[in-house]
Amino acid sequence: MAQTEIKSYNLNFGPQHPAAHGVLRLILELSGEVVDRADPHIGLLHRGTEKLIEYKTYVQALPYFDRLDYACPLNMEHAYVLAVEKLLGIEVPRRGKYIRTLYSEITRIINHIMNTTSFALDVGAMTPMLWGWEEREHLLEFCERVSGARMHMAYYRPGGVAKDMPVGLAEDIYAWCDRFEKFLVDMETLLDENRIFRQRTVDIGIVTQEDALNWGFTGPVLRASGLAWDLRKSQPYDAFEEMDFDIPIGKTCDVYARYLVRMEEMRQSMRIMRQCIEKMPDGPVKVEDNKVVPPSRPEMKRSMEALIHHFKLYTEGFKVPPGETYTAVEAATGEFGVYLVSDGTNRPYRCKIRSPGFAHLQGLDLLSKGHMLADIPANIGSIDVVFGEIDR
Amino acid sequence: MSFLSTEQIEALEDLGQHIASALADEVRETRVAFEELMVTVNRHDIVRVLTFLRDDPNCMFVQLVDVCGVDWPERDDRFEVVYNLLSLKHNQRVRVKLFASEDTPVPSVVEVFKAANWFEREVWDMYGVFFSGHPDLRRILTDYGFEGHPLRKDFPLTGTMELRYDDAQARCVYEPVRLTQDFRNFDFMSPWEGALDPGVAAASQALPGDEKATG
Repeated sequence: MAQTEIKSYNLNFGPQHPAAHGVLRLILELSGEVVDRADPHIGLLHRGTEKLIEYKTYVQALPYFDRLDYACPLNMEHAYVLAVEKLLGIEVPRRGKYIRTLYSEITRIINHIMNTTSFALDVGAMTPMLWGWEEREHLLEFCERVSGARMHMAYYRPGGVAKDMPVGLAEDIYAWCDRFEKFLVDMETLLDENRIFRQRTVDIGIVTQEDALNWGFTGPVLRASGLAWDLRKSQPYDAFEEMDFDIPIGKTCDVYARYLVRMEEMRQSMRIMRQCIEKMPDGPVKVEDNKVVPPSRPEMKRSMEALIHHFKLYTEGFKVPPGETYTAVEAATGEFGVYLVSDGTNRPYRCKIRSPGFAHLQGLDLLSKGHMLADIPANIGSIDVVFGEIDR
Repeated sequence: MSFLSTEQIEALEDLGQHIASALADEVRETRVAFEELMVTVNRHDIVRVLTFLRDDPNCMFVQLVDVCGVDWPERDDRFEVVYNLLSLKHNQRVRVKLFASEDTPVPSVVEVFKAANWFEREVWDMYGVFFSGHPDLRRILTDYGFEGHPLRKDFPLTGTMELRYDDAQARCVYEPVRLTQDFRNFDFMSPWEGALDPGVAAASQALPGDEKATG
């Protein structure tokens, strides 16, 4: 029988593709159905955030961080406010720290629900998404109650948070945690032992520990490769030092392990949320230095000095002493860092945003080489890419 | 506010001395500021420095977290290239810095850290710093066929070209940016805040902003 030679060809995946999780253009070199090379073309959502930040005051720059990884906005804000606080040398009051810790865990769950369920949808399971987004909506409601916005909250401020939590919110969050426990069990029943799900995920996209470190992988992707590394534990910020939680790790280094790590992380986040609410101290939520934090509105209406501070902070903003810092937090997707350079004026001289997705997407070629075309969506889903932060 | 304990800061200072003594020819300066260790190195030695930092048992900086550029137009070597590294074993971070200009290439470190590939492409795209020995130095974030390097301080915030869909031609067209209102960039230099040195007579001191009145 005459042998036919399979010609390798290129395939354009995206930029408008439902499984690309945004605007990803992927040039795939295929031989038959096997991927030889994956070359992601990014930048379709590039908005020049870093350039824009250089022209804004420190507080005006803050809302840009919500719009980076719009799936877990408060984690991004957290890195930025910590960097500014470090340069300013101010210490946030304890209640402010607890609220920030509580809300970074809420956004972590928001992100993980979105990621695990849409990833399940990519490999063929529709129900988790329908159930999960209902739970996610409850969390977004908690965000709305505290800040007025569901997603782009701009709630963290250098020096604390914008406003204290309204009465009754903590109790509602606590009650939600109990309900959510049941949802997680349901979702695991649907997916963990599901034959189709496991066929699509087990032994796909294996990354060894050395490769994961060499390619700059962080967060759940690194932990799924068996490395117990979590910045909340190793370099704790805000109230994480006082929290009791475990770091889940994966053993098999594949897509399935990454899914399992995220599921367990949601449980751990819930543990942290409960502890935050149980131990929530009383007191101010932001520093009381009116050179950095604007005075309250009623005060501004009565006191001349408060009015001057208010006016100066919202026109000129505060000045940050010269210096530079690289401050990182454990965002839901991995290590999110802000390299902030100040020249002593009221605007950042340079603000480089280190997004975890950028490094993860770079490794897509490593993950996909030798796999089938159909495994590409599984790989993309498992590294949790959000184009807002990759393209910036 | 403080992230590190006193012992951790001392450990960083020791590490800085260790690096400076082991790489006496390559390292220009080590400094601990804001609880972070910064090492300034010669441009052409960057590959050797990063290899040492990765492999030395006292360093073990096995992860390259980030590479970025900073533009200081008034300097001779106007660009800084900043490498942020992380050691998981010792739970430490280090920042390595070098200086470059438009026409001095920086040796690529892709051979040392795979992660450097896209980070260097981004620095090339945003600042126009050339990396020699890079396997695939293409633009990464900007549009196909983009001209200029947008994060340079002399690149306008509004950009130079804009893209829109033209109904008549039924395709996307590029046009130079037209602004209906001039771009406003406010000056917040204030002569009132601590500008005067109390030891010197006020009349003999120039206030910041005085040059605006004459020039």
